Amino acid sequence: MPDALRLSGLRAGYGETVILEDVALALPERGSLAVLGRNGVGKTTLLATIMGHTTFHAGSIQANGRVIQQLPVYERNRLGIGYVPQGRDIFPSLSVEENLTVAARAGKRWTLERVYDLFPRLAERRHHRGNQISGGEQQMLAIGRALMGNPALLLMDEPLEGLAPIIVEALLKSLQRLMAEDQLAVILVEQHAKLALQVTEQALVMSRGRIIHHGPSRDLLADPERLGRLVVAQ
Amino acid sequence: MSGYTSDPRIRWTEWLPWLAAIAFFFAMPEYLSLGARVLIYILFALSLDLILGYAGIITLGHSAFFGLGAYTAGILGAKYGITDPFLQVIAAAAMAALLGIATGAVILRTKALTLLMLTLAITSILLEIANKATALTGGADGLSGVKTDPILGLFRFDIFGKTAFIYCLLVLFLGWLLVRRLIYSPYGAMLTGIRENTARMHAVGAPVYWRLVLVYTLSATLAGVAGALLTQVNQFVGLNVLGLEPSGDILVMLILGGVGRLYGAFVGPVIYLIAQDYLAKQYPEYWYFGIGLLLIVVVLFARGGILGIVDKIGAPWLQALSRHRSSAKASAR
Repeated sequence: MPDALRLSGLRAGYGETVILEDVALALPERGSLAVLGRNGVGKTTLLATIMGHTTFHAGSIQANGRVIQQLPVYERNRLGIGYVPQGRDIFPSLSVEENLTVAARAGKRWTLERVYDLFPRLAERRHHRGNQISGGEQQMLAIGRALMGNPALLLMDEPLEGLAPIIVEALLKSLQRLMAEDQLAVILVEQHAKLALQVTEQALVMSRGRIIHHGPSRDLLADPERLGRLVVAQ
Repeated sequence: MSGYTSDPRIRWTEWLPWLAAIAFFFAMPEYLSLGARVLIYILFALSLDLILGYAGIITLGHSAFFGLGAYTAGILGAKYGITDPFLQVIAAAAMAALLGIATGAVILRTKALTLLMLTLAITSILLEIANKATALTGGADGLSGVKTDPILGLFRFDIFGKTAFIYCLLVLFLGWLLVRRLIYSPYGAMLTGIRENTARMHAVGAPVYWRLVLVYTLSATLAGVAGALLTQVNQFVGLNVLGLEPSGDILVMLILGGVGRLYGAFVGPVIYLIAQDYLAKQYPEYWYFGIGLLLIVVVLFARGGILGIVDKIGAPWLQALSRHRSSAKASAR
C-alpha cells in the first residue's frame, strides 16, 4: 500500500518568502503524527502546504501514491485530504447541520449520523447557527466538517487551542475513538506537546522551517528533558 | 432566519406577497401597469440577490443581462416577426445565459474593485453597441413597434395592464420557486460558504470558480427573462435598460429591501417604484432626491434594509410567541 502522505525535499512558503526548507516525511496509511515546535517554526505552513494554500517551490508531495503538489485545493480535498484549520473557520450564518452538509461527499463512509454519533453535542445543536455555539462545539464542528469529505488523511491545526480542560478531555476521547475506528491517517499540530504525544504513534519536531527530530511519540513522552530541549532549541 | 437547508418547507408568511399581489389586482385596477413593472423589477432584483446577497459577487453591470433580454425580445418582435411571447422569453433567456457564461468565465477570476469595474465595462459596451447599431436597435430613439401575440392565443396585452400583470405575476412565481429551491439546497448553503470564507470552501472540496460561473449564469438568465417581460409589457425598448443607471437602480432597490434575504428583493422594488411614481408626480425635477434620502436613511440606520427593521421590531414578538407555544406544549404533556 502506498503511504497516506509522502513529502520529499519540500520547499514552500508565501510568495517569494521560503518558510519550509527540505522537509521530508512518510506517513503510512492509518498512521498518526504529532508535529511539535515553538511558535513560528512552520507547523501551520506545513499543513497549509499539504492542502495547497501556500506557494510551492520545490520537492514533491504525494498522497496515496499520487503526486498532488500542482493540484488545486478542492481536488486535493476530493482525493482525501481533510483540513481542520487553526481558528476553526466555521461559516457563521450557516447552521451546524449546513456547515456539515456543504462539505458532504456522496456515498462514502461519513454521514451526518456518524458525525453526530462521534460528537453528540453537535446533534443537540444541529439547528444553531455557526456563531451561536461555543468554541469547543465549533472545534467539533470543524472536525466533523472535514470528516464529511471522507478523508484518508486528516490535518488538524491546534484543535485544542483555547479550550477548557474538560472540553479538551472530551475532544481527545473522540479523536482517539476516531483514530481507532476509522481508516484515516492523522497529522496533529499542537502546542500541548504531551497531549499530542499521548494520542499519536510518531512525532516530529520542527525548528526554523526544518525537521530537527523524527521518532516514535512514546520515546519523547518518556524523556521530558529531551522533549523540552528539542522544542525550545532554536 | 436560521438557515437555508434547515427547513425548506414554505411558511405561511411566504404566501403573503402573493395574496397581496392578487388583492392588488382586484383592488387597484387603475394601477396595474405600474404593478406589472414592479413585478418585473422584483424578478430582476431576485436575480441580483442570488449573486450579490448569497454568493457575494459584487456587480455594477447586472443591467447587461436585463438589457440584452429586453433587446432580444424586442428585436425578434419588431424585426424578425417572431411574435410568440414564450419564444421571445426563451430566446432572451438563452442570450442572457450565453452572455452570463461567457463573461462570467472571464471576470469571475477577479475580485472586489477589479470585478466591479469589469461588470461595469461589460454593460457599458453593450450600451454603446445598442446606441450605434441603429438598424437593429433603433439607437437613441429606441425600438418601437415590438409585436407580441396574445398569450396562448387567448389573452391580448390590454391597455389597462390586466394581462400584463397576471402574466408577470406567473413568471415571477416560477422564478421565485426556482430561486427559493436553490437557496434552500446544499448548493445555496455552499454559496453562502463561498461568500463568508472562500478559502475554507476550497478546502472542503468545492471548485469555487465553477460554482460561481454557474450561479452567475443562472442569475443572468433570470435577469434576461425580466428584461424580455419589460419589452413585452411596454412594446418598446430604449437605451435606459443598459449601462450604469439601471444597474445602480436595481442595486438601490435591493439594498432598500435587504440584501441576502429572499424577500428583500420583493420589498425593495415595491418601495422604490411606488416612491418614484409618487415623487415624480409631486416633484418632477427632484424625485431622485427623495430616493437618495431614503437610501441614506436605510444605509445609516438599517443595514439589513427595510426587512431588517421588520426583523428587529418583530423579533421580541416572535420570541414571546414561541415561548408561549412551548409552554403550552409543556403543559399539554
